[in-house]
Amino acid sequence: MGLLTTIDYQNIFTRVQVRGPDDLGIPIAKGIYERGTTASHNYWFGKIGDAQVGPFYLGVWGLLSIACGIIAFEIIGLNTSQGFKIIPPLSQGGWWCIAGFFITVSVLLWWTRMYRRAKALGMGTHVPWAFAAAIWLMLVLGFIRPVAMGCWCEAVPYGIFPHLDWVQAFSIRYGNLHYNPFHAFSIVFLYGSVLLFAMHAGTILAVTRYGGEREIEQIVDRGTASERAALFWRWTMGFNASMESIHRWAWWFAVLTPITGGIGILLTGTVVDNWYLWAQHYGFAPSYPPVNPPVVDPALLPGAR
Amino acid sequence: MAMLSFERKYRVRGGTLIGGDLFDFWVGPFFVGIFGVTAAFFSFLGTVLIFYGASLQGTFNPWTINIAPPDLKYGLGLAPLAEGGLWQIITICAIGAFVSWMLREVEICRKLGMGYHVPFAFGVAIFAYVTLVVIRPVLLGAWGHGFPYGIFSHLDWVSNVGYQYLNFMYNPAHMIAVTFFFTTTLALSLHGALVLSATNPKDGEPVKTPEHENAYFRDFIGYSVGTIGIHRLGLFLALSAGFWSAICIVISGPFWTQGWPRWWSWWLDLPIWS
Repeated sequence: MGLLTTIDYQNIFTRVQVRGPDDLGIPIAKGIYERGTTASHNYWFGKIGDAQVGPFYLGVWGLLSIACGIIAFEIIGLNTSQGFKIIPPLSQGGWWCIAGFFITVSVLLWWTRMYRRAKALGMGTHVPWAFAAAIWLMLVLGFIRPVAMGCWCEAVPYGIFPHLDWVQAFSIRYGNLHYNPFHAFSIVFLYGSVLLFAMHAGTILAVTRYGGEREIEQIVDRGTASERAALFWRWTMGFNASMESIHRWAWWFAVLTPITGGIGILLTGTVVDNWYLWAQHYGFAPSYPPVNPPVVDPALLPGAR
Repeated sequence: MAMLSFERKYRVRGGTLIGGDLFDFWVGPFFVGIFGVTAAFFSFLGTVLIFYGASLQGTFNPWTINIAPPDLKYGLGLAPLAEGGLWQIITICAIGAFVSWMLREVEICRKLGMGYHVPFAFGVAIFAYVTLVVIRPVLLGAWGHGFPYGIFSHLDWVSNVGYQYLNFMYNPAHMIAVTFFFTTTLALSLHGALVLSATNPKDGEPVKTPEHENAYFRDFIGYSVGTIGIHRLGLFLALSAGFWSAICIVISGPFWTQGWPRWWSWWLDLPIWS
């Protein structure tokens, strides 16, 4: 009864799109390359977000990064197509090394670009440092751990199904990765990030009727949107973040996902060979009552070799 | 009273769904409401039963406590307490507590004049949980298909059920769910970092504006979704992660009984290369 009288618009889509002059961005110092001077509009983008697409800034670092990325993509793509096997050393992993080199260079150049774009606008460098956490995980998987193990063959293959097979085989080889505590941390932060984004995004959308999406303004000059958002969580769970601190929670949860994940990968095979036995040793692997008749290991039967 | 400086004027009566003014009050920072009472009841009973189950198991090591569902032989019937009956009652308590919590959030939304996005989002999480412990077991015909309550025992369940389908990563809905999990985390890091970078520039610099945020992302990738858009996108990504997780497990068994790698034979059989 009460519900029926309070059904109102929940601000899921933008119903009226206002189109003013293009926003060509905060002016930046002139360099070799300049930011684009045109923007286009997309009606469907405008349904949920900003309709304006562009202008784009390419720049030297971006150009080099994209070039390296294309090289890596081409190598991976041509190797998966049939009939493009070149000379043996390359086809036995040489191409993987070359593709990996160009991917890594591409990503590091892209990081430089992120850092320089933030500096050019006088902003903090939180975005590139968050990206650096992901680069850490990538380097652990494809470079640091293979070096520590003494073989490039330890690295992850480039391919949709091949990398999944690698993950599965990796877990089985090292005795069930679920018992790796850093894997557990990483999953907690991954699920925690999804939970936090649902909580945060839901809260902000719920107070957009009070201007809650204007987060920077709310941070420097708290309004009723921030107050209601805070009180919602205080009344729900006895604790609340502030309009600024929720973004620190978000940043740390997201960033700790690849950081802890990378630690877990790096310890696997180098320090710990079987996480299940490790868990038994430290007393946190559960034991279960026997429900099936005992099975004799076939390898121990007479006649087995 | 644990009140924030601005809190008193927001503490008004009304907004409850049922119970009228009966439980319309606060305890410390917590709003109570009829659903606060039911949430407390279910949480307390469920927690006590978990401790009882741990005592029957003979361990209070938090890592190894395991409340297992009934044996498959009990089908969809009731099991004796020590043989899965505890799991059944605890499951009822969990669902009761989660749903109470969601309805209490609805009441708080109404009190504060907010939209219902948060309780809706929590409803998606509840849906994923109910899929695991009610919908799929019912479809498969036994409560024994639910997952056990224990920190590492539930991970064993994940491994075991995954290997029943040979390689769960070949489950297409699992692929979609994992992609949403990773994408949500990426988007969260970008959003959190962007707001922090605008509000925490170099010492002595003035705080930056949403126009700076837009300029940064357009320079960076050619598009800025904007301040409302990122929250719509974030909510969509996060809820999709939960939704597709529920889908990927409910189709395993009830709708697909072979190994998941086998499912991809349609791809290998495409006339293009077969």
